[in-house]
Amino acid sequence: MQLQYFLILAAALFCIGIFGLVTSRNAIRVLMSIELLLNSVNLNLMAFSNYLDPEDIKGQVFAVFVISIAAAEAAVGLAIVLTIYRNRNTVDMEQFNLLKW
Amino acid sequence: MNLADGVQLVSFGILALMMIGAALGVVLLSNIVYSAFLLGLVFISMSGLYILLNAGFVAAAQILIYVGAVSVLILFGIMLVNKREDYVPVPNAWIGTVATASVCAGLFALLSAMVLATPWAISSAVPVGDGAVVVIGKHFFTDFLLPFELASVLLLMALVGAIVLARRDFFPEQTEEDQLVLPERPRELVSGGQK
Repeated sequence: MQLQYFLILAAALFCIGIFGLVTSRNAIRVLMSIELLLNSVNLNLMAFSNYLDPEDIKGQVFAVFVISIAAAEAAVGLAIVLTIYRNRNTVDMEQFNLLKW
Repeated sequence: MNLADGVQLVSFGILALMMIGAALGVVLLSNIVYSAFLLGLVFISMSGLYILLNAGFVAAAQILIYVGAVSVLILFGIMLVNKREDYVPVPNAWIGTVATASVCAGLFALLSAMVLATPWAISSAVPVGDGAVVVIGKHFFTDFLLPFELASVLLLMALVGAIVLARRDFFPEQTEEDQLVLPERPRELVSGGQK
């Protein structure tokens, strides 16, 4: 088991998350892609914590912070999606142009 | 390679395959309910990877928070905005998809090259393993005390903000005489000491 395996896996998950973030048209799927991104960052932090800093595990502390902030982000994001759905009656990302022009 | 390394490698392979497949399903499937359940599978395999990285506490926190809270929250969100709609096809949408895919593949290639080329300073110290809870608790209450308290304030703000955003701002019409009439007939007050 090496550090590089975990880092490459996290990079793959990050790229999948970016792809979903840009291409998906459902607003809830965009939120799911953001969760994927945060998880890949967490995997990076944990891998570094285990292989480079195994005694003073600050990476795990950072990962706990990231998890708690991701939970807050999911709650606020879903509330925003719900509000936009009530106003616009759609969850299509292509029709959300409130801040566009 | 001894037996423990082999077991670790095999379980890493299984978890990695499960996670990448489920993540691709989250992004590519057309039914969003399947995507939500596959997101839960991604979180569970991520927790298994944390256990492989000697972090049992964070793995348990991952299952509790992500699988137990965030996945359920997203499922409730899907139920609340559940509307069958056929998206209007955007002209030349495939150009954007292909461009995004190529950019993501390039980013992955760049990150992989960086990971493989960097000489990592691998520490040879023994990992703390199950003593991680003690070490994390010490970090939280000594050198990460301010971020810890700020995280609690942030969670409170997110709670209030989510309620304010998601609340319905619709009140039923109130007429003048409705406002001041009690639902039951007002009675005369009886003072306590007279009987």
